[in-house]
Amino acid sequence: MITLLKNGRIYDPAHHKNGVIEDIYIRDGRIVAKPAATEKIDQTFNLSGKIVMAGAIDMHSHIGGGKINIARMMLPEYQQKQAQELKNLSEPEAHICTPHCSHHATPSTTDTGFRYIEMGYTAAFEPAISPVNARQAHLEMGDTPMIDKGGYAMLGNDDYFLRLLAEKKDQKAINDYVAWILHATQAIGIKVVNPGGINAFKFNQRRLNLDENNVHYQVSPREILQSLSRAVHDLGIAKPLHVHCNNLGAAGNFATTLDTMSASSGLPMHLTHIQFHSYGTEGDKKFSSAAAQIAEALNKNKHITADVGQILFGQTVTASGDSMMQHLNAKHANPKKSVIMDIECDAGCGVLPFKYRDQNYVNALQWAIGLELFLSVEDPWRIFLTTDHPNGAPFTSYPHLIRLLMDKSFRNEAFAKLNLDAQAMSNLNSLDREYSLYEIAIMTRAGAGKLIGLHDRGHLGMGAAADITVYTDQPDREAMFAKPDYVFKNGELVVKNGSVVKVVWGVTHTAKPAFDRGVEKDLKDYFDRYQTMQMDNFKISNDEISSDGRGQVVTHQNDSK
Amino acid sequence: MNITCPACGLLCDDVSLSTSPALSVRNGCAKSIRFFEQALNTSISATPLLAGKPASLEDAIIAAAKILSKSKQPLFAGLGTEVQGMRAVISLAKKSNATLDHLHSEGTVNNTRTMQNSGWLTTTLSEIKNRADVILAVGTDITGSHPRFFEKLAWSSDHLFDKPTPELIFLGAPVETAQANIAPDGRKPTVIPAETARLPEIINALNALLNGRKLNTEIVAGIPLQTLTALTEKLKAAKYAVIVWSASTLKIPHAELTIQSIVQLVSKLNESSRAAGLPLNSGDGDSSVNNVSTWLTGYPTRNRYQNGMPEYDTYHFSTQKQLTSCDAVMWISTFNPYDAPETSTPTIVIGHPDIKSGHSPDVFIPAGIPGVDHAGLMFRMDSSITLPLKKVRNSHLPSLNEIIAKIEAQLLSETTA
Repeated sequence: MITLLKNGRIYDPAHHKNGVIEDIYIRDGRIVAKPAATEKIDQTFNLSGKIVMAGAIDMHSHIGGGKINIARMMLPEYQQKQAQELKNLSEPEAHICTPHCSHHATPSTTDTGFRYIEMGYTAAFEPAISPVNARQAHLEMGDTPMIDKGGYAMLGNDDYFLRLLAEKKDQKAINDYVAWILHATQAIGIKVVNPGGINAFKFNQRRLNLDENNVHYQVSPREILQSLSRAVHDLGIAKPLHVHCNNLGAAGNFATTLDTMSASSGLPMHLTHIQFHSYGTEGDKKFSSAAAQIAEALNKNKHITADVGQILFGQTVTASGDSMMQHLNAKHANPKKSVIMDIECDAGCGVLPFKYRDQNYVNALQWAIGLELFLSVEDPWRIFLTTDHPNGAPFTSYPHLIRLLMDKSFRNEAFAKLNLDAQAMSNLNSLDREYSLYEIAIMTRAGAGKLIGLHDRGHLGMGAAADITVYTDQPDREAMFAKPDYVFKNGELVVKNGSVVKVVWGVTHTAKPAFDRGVEKDLKDYFDRYQTMQMDNFKISNDEISSDGRGQVVTHQNDSK
Repeated sequence: MNITCPACGLLCDDVSLSTSPALSVRNGCAKSIRFFEQALNTSISATPLLAGKPASLEDAIIAAAKILSKSKQPLFAGLGTEVQGMRAVISLAKKSNATLDHLHSEGTVNNTRTMQNSGWLTTTLSEIKNRADVILAVGTDITGSHPRFFEKLAWSSDHLFDKPTPELIFLGAPVETAQANIAPDGRKPTVIPAETARLPEIINALNALLNGRKLNTEIVAGIPLQTLTALTEKLKAAKYAVIVWSASTLKIPHAELTIQSIVQLVSKLNESSRAAGLPLNSGDGDSSVNNVSTWLTGYPTRNRYQNGMPEYDTYHFSTQKQLTSCDAVMWISTFNPYDAPETSTPTIVIGHPDIKSGHSPDVFIPAGIPGVDHAGLMFRMDSSITLPLKKVRNSHLPSLNEIIAKIEAQLLSETTA
């Protein structure tokens, strides 16, 4: 069966196609060259005047696993509110956000898949899988329809790794463990959250700076970052080490963030939700934007990539592995409640509801800082569009965020409504940049696919999976990106006019670098002596993901050094 | 063979089971042995019953689907199942506008309400094993419901950090069984007797003392003030104090407020030292059922579907309340032979082959026991860990999710026919 997408305007940055009119042919779920004239075209979509991009890829979104399920469980009021709002909508119409949208921050797995595909997103990556909790994360992602999934396994606060580091084990031992974790947890990347800090909190340390030691292990976050970024590099994992820096949310934390950029000694690192790490201490309120310094450093340090973690106003919930900083910030929770956990000598978590208000000085400035970063970082291949769903805002606000980036007058109007003190502390008004469709396609497609190492996604080249989104070109970019005309998943039409027309189940993307199986000898001893589960039960098999006939594991090649 | 034991929320997976010549369970506790004895004594080819008369599985499925198709507001209760069973149950609930309630939710919802009202700071089993130096159990002897708790988490000599054997303190627990928790080195637990009904008063006094308040009394609910003061000092001095409670044993009005007070103790302690709470689960897959329900519908139990949309209400959607208004009951209990509640509405019972009903339900379908007749997945009491259950015997009994999926398919064919 051959499908022809005719005369669409193509934005495919991986192939330098910036609005060219071309045809796309799809066969067996893949993009193929123009078939011979003798072959039958089964289906033709006339896309004259339409915008065509690859399906979007969210490289950082908390869509599955323990802490997001805790967020759902502790916040039934969100869902009840949404149910009320839905009564006024003809379901399943795509939800178009407004600046004060208070829609649902903790959707069920089904809603997660539907809301993503309705916006033209065809993949999302859970960035914080604690290895002991990986099975739950995959169960939830397995129950998420429509999109491809994948995740980053968290290391760097687990006692096994910190013991290796404290005992000064060689890099090979670290690399073998990191590779083993990727296999066991079915992940595609490695993340570190508040390096060493979550572990230090269990020893009653309340803050940890980059060069400060964990009291028990006497190792510093810098050493953790060096070791893990080296392991990721040596193993040839495409996705650079995903780093949630120390001191999240603290005034003055930009200095930690700048220092962190040097911690990998030039090896690739990705700094996530960098907006939450770009705060200075200037002004009467001792809280200021350090976006300019961070953006300048990002522009200079070509080995660093970042996603923004934009906040948008309204009710949401922050779900983080960073139990240390979430415990510190629990007093700011709104409504005032928090779930904090120490988890299995492996990780931690902290879940706090949050209401970002445009008349609150700090919140207004956070909003501006995120946008300042977007507009000041020059290379769209190294900065990614995220709200750190649901921490800055639900992912359903992406269309609104895209409009803020593409439409200066819209942005300035929104800025003019903010807390006046915050306005006085931001240079956002002076930033004239407007993102182009090509740049949006880089940030949300080509760049994200390349960063994660998805060779056949995020672009429209020959052989690519036919995950394709078709939009109507509208001056209101929010309306445009909220409701695509068509979305194709692996060549199948799954969304028409913003509504799902067919339910499909995506795959799970993983990376499985080779390693020395001998690592299991010491691990087994560790599990037997110190853990409360068997090592064999810690490991997740491919069958567990595919056995119900819906899921499938796709393993991406590594280029080991 | 090495197995995971589903008999309690500890979900011990260091257990090995052998059935020949006789049943033996290495590392098995009394509860585990009882569970497997009972499970393995059931017939592997128990047949469904229609109004007490043997019937084929096909006919039983048709009869069950017929009851649901006529029902506007069915109640799916019991819900003693694991992850895969619950996934199937939710799918059927969505198509039949069912209300969902777990058999132990009378206690469990008090934990959920506490989490929803104030939140909490909790920990997991391996953290306790490696870090805890003081364990305070409130209103529970722990081992009655979770027999290997201390053996695995308090008395093991293997821990990552240099720490003493944790001091065990029982407050308001059954005295005799609490006292029996003697460490291998002979160390006895501290047992502070108190009536369950007076626990709210005692916990509030502890909170007051922790907050530096003076109490103008020498005795609180029969306990000398100095005993309570000494307890708060121990908690404050601990490097990692763990406070354990069991929602199912707190059978007092507004137990959620007492749980909230316990959670406040933990919260206050964490201002200067480290401490964490641990709610014990009540069993029969409650953690699995709540987690699955939450990611699929957005809500833990007690919830329901109305016109395909999920709704949540911990008060109105209780089994007891729904029994008076529902027009069909589907009772599920696969781990234990718990009988369905007495009701005059049409009833479908699915579960443990040994379920003996006082009056014959309209439909009874014996189901495989998870972790015995078929594989499965189960959440541990601390929710952070999900473990695979293994099949330990050859059996003809279909799993709950197979049965439910068949009922759903039959229901669909009836409504489209």
